[in-house]
Amino acid sequence: MYWKQMLKTLYLGLYLSVFQAISQPKKVEIIKFEHLQKLINHTSDTTLIVHFWATWCRPCVEELPSLENLSKEYSTKKIRFLMVSMDFPKDLQQKVIPFVAKNNIKSEVVLLDEPDYNAWIDEVDKDWSGTIPATLLVNLTMRKRVFFEGQVNMEHFLEELKKMIPTAGAN
Amino acid sequence: MKMKKIMKKIYILSSVAVLLMGLAVVFAFKNEPPTIIDKGYGIGDIVADFKLKSTSGGVTSMAENHSAKGYIIVFTCNHCPFSKAYESRIMALDKKYASQGYPVLAINPNDPTAYEEDSFENMQAVAKSKGYTFEYLQDESQNVARAFGAARTPSAYVVKREGDKFIMQYIGGIDDNTQDANGVTKRYVEDAVNSLLVGKPVVVNITKSVGCAIKWKGV
Repeated sequence: MYWKQMLKTLYLGLYLSVFQAISQPKKVEIIKFEHLQKLINHTSDTTLIVHFWATWCRPCVEELPSLENLSKEYSTKKIRFLMVSMDFPKDLQQKVIPFVAKNNIKSEVVLLDEPDYNAWIDEVDKDWSGTIPATLLVNLTMRKRVFFEGQVNMEHFLEELKKMIPTAGAN
Repeated sequence: MKMKKIMKKIYILSSVAVLLMGLAVVFAFKNEPPTIIDKGYGIGDIVADFKLKSTSGGVTSMAENHSAKGYIIVFTCNHCPFSKAYESRIMALDKKYASQGYPVLAINPNDPTAYEEDSFENMQAVAKSKGYTFEYLQDESQNVARAFGAARTPSAYVVKREGDKFIMQYIGGIDDNTQDANGVTKRYVEDAVNSLLVGKPVVVNITKSVGCAIKWKGV
């Protein structure tokens, strides 16, 4: 009983520290997959949208503004957008941060520094081939998890997102 | 008489119900979002030969190089930063394995109208300036990339010749570190070819990797 409580507190602390670290304006944290995995597997009443992109990926750059707009539209809901850049860490200052500033991206942006893709791609989704953009919607409280490879079909994406909007009073 | 009427009614009603159920199924499937599942070759599949325009002039096929025991086939291109990051490693693979019977065949599947850098002229320019020792081919129809199930660049495949056929042996990334060649710990393609050269099966025959999505024509 006691250790469960401890674990919960630990997770909460971890969650909060991660949240704090990556919500600082114009700062893009470099994270490891372990970090991301904990977020994905964390049971929360907030729906998490993890979007994989990169500044060098043209379809990603085309799609990002529409997702950014959605994040604004849904900002009052318990929905959290996390934009995960697949750029190389060496390009953080020169490419990623200027891109985020230029495109006025307010969502949380992190850079995933995990070069052995084969070691973790399946952990995000078994059906993910590795192509980006890719987007994962997850809400463990609702036991829902939907994955999109390539640019999302907006109609289908919104349909899934609407099913995953946490209602007030839900735990 | 009455019984018969009731039976008839039941019969009609149930027919209508079955019909409606059928329609519901049809509609349910209609509403299903279209799936773009074209997985391409799997391990052990026979790989169809191709004839593609080469930057070295003329067309190249797998069959024409009789001394090849197989090929390291890499879908790559000029514009993609991940392809660029692997360029020298692809060149090194050819230097190391062409003489042992596994030359590199590089194939650019991108629509050049979307990426000017990926035009045939620019492929020729890069092959020349970098001194490619391997064939750099253009998959103009994109049919070869489709047959392989390639989705991004770079994507590597190893095929082995068995008689007059080529059999798929490895599908995936080149190694486990795109950004830093010095940080590589797992050389997937090399390990695959090394196994084949000593007549052993490939241990890790499928890996996942990240790269630039292939730009398909008309999409």
